[in-house]
Amino acid sequence: MSSVLAFQSSDGTAGSAGRRAAADPPIRIRFVGTRKTFMIGSKPFVALEELNLDVAEGTFFCIVGPSGCGKTTLLRILAGLESPSEGRVECSRTGKEPPRMSMVFQGDSIFPWMSVWDNAAYALRLRGVAHAAIKETVDYYLDRTGLRRFADYYPHQLSGGMKQRVSIARAFANDPEILLMDEPFSALDEQNKTLLQEELLRIWEETRKTVLFITHSVDEAVTLGDRIMVMTAHPGRVKAIIDVPFERPRSVLELRAERSYGELVYRIWGHLRDEVQQARDQQQSNG
Amino acid sequence: MTLATHDNTTQATFVTVAEPKRTRRSFADGVFADEHVMMVLSPVALLLIWEIAGRLGLIDLRFFPMPSQIFTELVGVMSSGELWLNTTASLQRLAIGFVLGGAPALALGILMGLVRPLRLFVDPLVAATYPVPKSAILPLILLVFGLGEASKVVMVAIGVFYPVIINTTAGVLAINRTYLDVGKHFRATPWQTFRTIALPGAMPFIMTGFKLGAGLGLILIAIAEMIGAKRGLGYMIWNAWEILQVEMMYIGILVIAVIGFIVTILLNQLERWMVPWQSGR
Ligand SMILES: Nc1ncnc2c1ncn2[C@@H]1O[C@H](COP(=O)(O)OP(=O)(O)OP(=O)(O)O)[C@@H](O)[C@H]1O
Ligand SMILES: [Mg+2]
Repeated sequence: MSSVLAFQSSDGTAGSAGRRAAADPPIRIRFVGTRKTFMIGSKPFVALEELNLDVAEGTFFCIVGPSGCGKTTLLRILAGLESPSEGRVECSRTGKEPPRMSMVFQGDSIFPWMSVWDNAAYALRLRGVAHAAIKETVDYYLDRTGLRRFADYYPHQLSGGMKQRVSIARAFANDPEILLMDEPFSALDEQNKTLLQEELLRIWEETRKTVLFITHSVDEAVTLGDRIMVMTAHPGRVKAIIDVPFERPRSVLELRAERSYGELVYRIWGHLRDEVQQARDQQQSNG
Repeated sequence: MTLATHDNTTQATFVTVAEPKRTRRSFADGVFADEHVMMVLSPVALLLIWEIAGRLGLIDLRFFPMPSQIFTELVGVMSSGELWLNTTASLQRLAIGFVLGGAPALALGILMGLVRPLRLFVDPLVAATYPVPKSAILPLILLVFGLGEASKVVMVAIGVFYPVIINTTAGVLAINRTYLDVGKHFRATPWQTFRTIALPGAMPFIMTGFKLGAGLGLILIAIAEMIGAKRGLGYMIWNAWEILQVEMMYIGILVIAVIGFIVTILLNQLERWMVPWQSGR
């Protein structure tokens, strides 16, 4: 990576392994010919076309693509909630166990029957972590997400933005090696979104976990990510992978004021526009 | 005047479209707002109308003795201890039957909600036996379990079993799939899934099942005790009919009604306790 502002991209499905220099961080996640076919009635429906993709250790990896292109499916396969129909997914591991992952789900996912604190502690409790350690971790992340004061609240007493923060606190408290986030901010208003993006960047910059982050907002992808994968309309394939050259730590608002930011957003939109249009045409011809 | 805003002819008039509710609270407002007052108001009104109708000679006192007459009789029976004996007998059967029918129904219902093959296997049995009137199988129960305690308890258990299992299964199935995915993703064991997701997630439905079950149990215990029992409120009512002691019949009915009322209140309170995330509805 010679020039900071020369955006690199590799088009097509080949992935980026070939260009990788020796000094680059090791690969953390690898999709190898991963396909997912759902049966709708008796008809097969390809949700995710053969995917070959490497994600390097410590990368904030963003995925954008038109609605219904298979982004959530990709993440659910990685999270162990869905098994691929063909191919496989590999993860490098440090210990004996496969790496621990935490997912922030698309939409409401915190339990209405648990208080904020219990929700944030959920994953740790399942793992049987000692009480004192749970308390320390949960209190820390409730602090970081600004929820400490609301620890005893139930979700129905929270705003949408606060609920989303609980979900983020739960994922982080689990101390994952890999973090999966499925449009975590899409239901939020602009101000809350910006604040939470800032918070996420702060927490992430401390830990530098590998993150897979789905969003439909190109702005968000450019603001947060190291690399951005643009997917094609259904069936989902890799259309382009783009490196984001901005250095860290980043400030959401300052970044947006930069000229190169706008240029990059525009460039990615170029990749995305045709796909969104195509997705829309598909939906109209189907419906 | 040159400024239009200060010109009287163009000044708008305002109408209040929103303000705090009930600016002036009358006494009646206060009374009706109190839930406890509301809850006893309709029974008291009914008794009052009954008493007045009796005194005016509008109803036949041989069949419908006035509440005041029943009450006088009640005081007499209470001091004899007979009423207490019959009430505790019924309550005990009710409690045992409640647990005996409710606990397996709860466990099985949750399992059926979680395990699809089990649901497909058990559902037809439940669907086929549920519509059979429980009173119609009383002779069969008497045949199998005899005239003693067991048959009474079993009747209650059967009455509680169905609404609890049906509601519990429906409750688990109504749990948002994302919540189950969260459990799976964070590697919850089957037991952890049961305890942290299925049970609390289905709790609103489960409580409804128990409330319906309590009502059915009460109906069935009264019927069961009318046949071959030596004690209990059902026996008391039946016995009073045989010796034409109409007031005594009404006392039995009244006590059953009061038990039903108290059980409902207790279960509502329990629900508020178990389902705190739905409070204020
Ligand atoms: N369980 C399922 N059964 C059948 N089809 C499914 C299932 N899950 C997803 N699909 C289909 O797979 C396709 C991809 O779905 P997916 O949820 O991955 O899309 P997405 O890219 O996350 O979309 P969005 O941006 O709207 O969230 C969709 O067309 C969807 O209808
Ligand atoms: Mg999605």
